[in-house]
Amino acid sequence: MREVYLDNVATTPVLPEVLETMLPYFKDAYGNVQSLHNWGDKAREAVEDARIKVADLIKGEAEEVIFTASGTESNNFAVKGLAMAQQSKGRHIVVSAIEHFSVLHSARTLEKWGFEVTEVPVDKYGLVDPNEVAKSLRKDTILVSVMHANSEVGTIEPIKEIAAVVKKSGAVFHTDAVASAGTIPVDVRELGVDALSLAGNEFYGPKGVGALWLKKGVRIIPFLDGGVQEGGRRAGTENVPAIAGLGKAAELAKAEMAKRARRLSPLRDNLIAGLPQKIEHVIVTGHPTQRLPGHASFCIEFIEGESMLMLLNSKGIAVSSGSACTSRALKASHVLIAMGLPHEIAQGSLLFSFGLDNTEDDVDYVLETMPPIVERLRQMSPLYAKFLKDKAKGGK
Amino acid sequence: MPVYNEKVMDHFMNPRNVGEIENADGVGEVGNPVCGDMMTFYIKVKNNHISDVKYKTFGCGAAIAVSSMVSDMAKGKTLEEAKKLTPALVAKELEGLPKNKYHCSNLGAQALNKAIDDYLKKQGKTAKSQKGGKK
Repeated sequence: MREVYLDNVATTPVLPEVLETMLPYFKDAYGNVQSLHNWGDKAREAVEDARIKVADLIKGEAEEVIFTASGTESNNFAVKGLAMAQQSKGRHIVVSAIEHFSVLHSARTLEKWGFEVTEVPVDKYGLVDPNEVAKSLRKDTILVSVMHANSEVGTIEPIKEIAAVVKKSGAVFHTDAVASAGTIPVDVRELGVDALSLAGNEFYGPKGVGALWLKKGVRIIPFLDGGVQEGGRRAGTENVPAIAGLGKAAELAKAEMAKRARRLSPLRDNLIAGLPQKIEHVIVTGHPTQRLPGHASFCIEFIEGESMLMLLNSKGIAVSSGSACTSRALKASHVLIAMGLPHEIAQGSLLFSFGLDNTEDDVDYVLETMPPIVERLRQMSPLYAKFLKDKAKGGK
Repeated sequence: MPVYNEKVMDHFMNPRNVGEIENADGVGEVGNPVCGDMMTFYIKVKNNHISDVKYKTFGCGAAIAVSSMVSDMAKGKTLEEAKKLTPALVAKELEGLPKNKYHCSNLGAQALNKAIDDYLKKQGKTAKSQKGGKK
């Protein structure tokens, strides 16, 4: 059976060059970074080399990069650690309504710890309005966290404008760039942020490694207490192979970013243009132009995401969905709901994310595979039956 | 991807008795798109037996498999027998459902029950109203 992987937001594959870079640190150069001998030196060199490469990717300084074990950890570290460090100035924080759960749930935890949280709404494209952020700011606002790009609908947020607003208030500004770093240009100075999260498995690096970029001089409370690793801000033995892999992935991403985007964007555009032509009642979610290069997301009306996902999987196509049934919590995507989509439409969410292995043939395969699957599920959908009846009655 | 067993996958990939019955003797609708699943069951009744059963389902793999299984189990049963179909029995017949999908089996049994109630109501056997619970 033909196999087409279109779930690169869940994780990208690891590039062969990245794997090659990692292997020595499992086998020969297995030392602990903190050890004071040759083995330790080799490991330390690898980590410091990776730190420079990650910093280069986002135009930061190497000493501002803290390695973590995931994007989720970076977000937890940033939101909780920055809030805790600033709490003498106030206890109010601001997040957008479409943040990843690692930010939203961290904010919930802060609420339990006595902080106040304001959620800024988004428009129908999932865009955060800098004016809305400005309105949410108070004298006691100490931290604002708005994501750079949303992985579910691909929308890229106006971070530079939002950061400018936040800067005036004196609050610290964090952005979750897990979906964007390594995929689109990220320049921390140009964006004007104080902290930024990224993760390796979003740009052909390994899973289980991420980084938090923290501007020099910004205070944070360590998330993991222990030894002196990462300047005492993130204790725990460094995952040297993964960090080396992240560094290599960052180097490749920086060098090939424009070329990759040129490859991915036409695939995205052809699917976004093609699917609504092949199937009626399809809604493109996210912003039409301000979106990630390989990212095409839809809501297919009258049917539910998980059943589509399963039928697509039976045809070898791997995608994801934000439907309630695909989530462990059985709740429809908070992102789509925040964008104003009704629950029954959000249930039909489907997300195709292209990667470097995909071709135009894959788009064609999706375009020919989708219609019969949608038709089949609509034929058994009471919502579709109702729609057809109403249509016949109303003569619409 | 949720982990469904072979039997659930079979009922999802090849659902039995899908459709609507024109002039059904009883109709039962449960669920709503907010919670993720919605089912409408249609039954035909002959001599106190369910002679035909069809359904339409909006929902996940488990919801579709449950609908299919409930329809299979209900067919040919007396109304009394069919009313005894519990979510646990449906899940057992499907050889298990993932924990977080268990509510789907609730919906299937409920929808069938509602369709039977609707029929009985129309017959004037349980309620005074002759109009019945039209959806």
